[in-house]
Amino acid sequence: MIAIDVRNIVKQFGKFVAVNGISFTVEAGEIFGLLGPNGAGKSTLIRMLTTLLPPTSGTALVNGFDVLKQSDDVRRAIGVIPQAMTSDLELSVEENLVIYAKLYSVPREKRIRLMKELLAAVELTEWKDKQVKNLSGGMRRRVEIARGLMHEPRIFFLDEPTTGLDPVSRVAVWEMLKRIKAQRDLTILITTHYMDEADKLCDRIAIVDHGELKALDSPLKLKASIPGKNVLEASFGSPPADWERTLVALPGVEGVTGKDNVYRINSTNGPATTLALMEAAERAGAQVQSLGVQSTSLDDVFVHYTGRALRDALQEPSAQDSPFMIRRG
Amino acid sequence: MQRTWAIIERELRRFRRSPMLIVMSMIFPVVQLVVLGYAFGGNVKHLKLGVVNQDSGVPSVRVRELAGAVTAGARTFDTIEYGDEGVALQDLRDGRINGVLTIPPDFSRRVLAHNQPKIALIEDNTDSFVSASLAGTVAGLVGAFNMPDATTVRVTGEAKLDVVEVYPYVPYVQYLLPGSIVMSIFMMVMIGGGIIFIDDKARGLHEGYLVTPIKKFELIAGFNISGTIKAVLSGSVLMIIGSLIAGIPDPFSALRLLRLFVVIVITAFALISMMFLIMVRVTDPLLPRAIFGVLNTLLYFPSGAVYPQQGFPPWMQAIAVVDPFTYSVHAFKCLLLKNTGFGAISGDLLYLLVFSAVAMSAATLLFRRTL
Repeated sequence: MIAIDVRNIVKQFGKFVAVNGISFTVEAGEIFGLLGPNGAGKSTLIRMLTTLLPPTSGTALVNGFDVLKQSDDVRRAIGVIPQAMTSDLELSVEENLVIYAKLYSVPREKRIRLMKELLAAVELTEWKDKQVKNLSGGMRRRVEIARGLMHEPRIFFLDEPTTGLDPVSRVAVWEMLKRIKAQRDLTILITTHYMDEADKLCDRIAIVDHGELKALDSPLKLKASIPGKNVLEASFGSPPADWERTLVALPGVEGVTGKDNVYRINSTNGPATTLALMEAAERAGAQVQSLGVQSTSLDDVFVHYTGRALRDALQEPSAQDSPFMIRRG
Repeated sequence: MQRTWAIIERELRRFRRSPMLIVMSMIFPVVQLVVLGYAFGGNVKHLKLGVVNQDSGVPSVRVRELAGAVTAGARTFDTIEYGDEGVALQDLRDGRINGVLTIPPDFSRRVLAHNQPKIALIEDNTDSFVSASLAGTVAGLVGAFNMPDATTVRVTGEAKLDVVEVYPYVPYVQYLLPGSIVMSIFMMVMIGGGIIFIDDKARGLHEGYLVTPIKKFELIAGFNISGTIKAVLSGSVLMIIGSLIAGIPDPFSALRLLRLFVVIVITAFALISMMFLIMVRVTDPLLPRAIFGVLNTLLYFPSGAVYPQQGFPPWMQAIAVVDPFTYSVHAFKCLLLKNTGFGAISGDLLYLLVFSAVAMSAATLLFRRTL
């Protein structure tokens, strides 16, 4: 069964095209990742799917409902964790959860049951009476995860849920999401620019850049889709002039990039290439200063599909940038 | 020294690149200059003077002619004829007129008989500017009556004016109290409503609401009612503390407290509805802070809180007509200074309710359900 069906969706702000004709489907029960650099269009896409922004053209069905024509049905079916921390800092953990459940008209008995379950799931039961402003960033994120699930949504959207968290808190959030998903009939769509997060958490990943879909598959298949199974990174002392050509000719090598005597070699057979490389270096009198062998990671996939160029662009000033806002928490 | 210059340069460059801050910081004093400049000290005009003429003799006609001359000339007051003194006094107590000039039935006879003729000015003394102006003008009128007439042969009757004040002496601190209560409600509306609303919006907290199935009207009503409750709390505290400080007689009369509470609730709802209408499309956290002072000046001073509206120029009177402060201040003055019932303030309450309904409907229409 298809939980999310996006067809040729476009979002334009004036002349700027933020999302340019993206299509994909998400199966029910999947954890689906939207991966892309800053400004790639991930948040715009998730905002269209959560009814926060109307698409310029194209269609999107969420839980079978059109985001434009049946937006209230979509809202009832989804839980959303926006990029910004949006829990009310002055309220307690429990109050945050109860108020959101009331916005969805969840009956009292169900509210009490769900709150107990979800507080246990995000390991905040003992903190339920504390004001959110007294919690750490990771704990606040867990409050928001519990809050977003208080009406038992079918589809859960998380927009960069671990941005700004320390590595321990990030891992805790991943584990909680996996545990919650295992306990519930839930589809998860997550945007992130952390490769390890997408790799460990997602069943399938869509790589988005410049508002376009660059690749979509499982992490394993995406890794297999780019040249090389292993990446060798080696630096040499005074290699001969045609050294790069020598490296390309080594067994298993699919591609070589190099700069300042440091070479990155994509290989289909890491051990064989390593052995041949050592022999070739000895023959040529090129001293091996360092050598590292690693499997292809999503970082390689990401760089392969999105390139290395920095996404420098001017942006509209955000209201959050105002120096006049009351800072709370 | 270079480090100090670095700080100066940084601050000035930031200031130069915040045009709204520059504009608002310059507009505010200009608005204050104009509004405050015209709010105080203008000649009070077009007061409403009820005339109860119980006499039909020539001297009483002369008094009315002189009153008509004031209406046509200095325009300090406009006269309203009453046949029944009781009705005139009730209108005076309800604040519909500012004073009642009574010419007793034996006035003409006493004038001709040189038998201490008197006319009475019964005035609403809750506004000392108005009552002083009215008493002075009517005293001048009586003085003119007593002057020998150049064109008619008539013996002057040496009429005397009795000025009767309807209420006990009202010190200026009591006169200011109604405006201060409205101001406390407005402060809470701006700080607890407008500024927090825009800050939450800028911080992305509203996204949390927008992804739920809540309707636009439910959201606006929720913000309005919660803002009203906060503002009612603020207004009630000021009303009680202010009454004690200003020495309002019998400040804990249950019936009056109940009436005051109703006015506080309706005022708070009107002001929060107005505030949400202003803020509904705003996203910049600077704006509510920038307009706070301007709005305060434009609403508070033309309302009659510190000086009677009859002394304002026409453009300020036009602001006063639509200004919700005007109606709240009038209602609080009636209840606190005159201890009237709802009858005297029904028009004020009706205006505030209609104002709230219009502002809230417009805010709902303008509210964007998407980002």
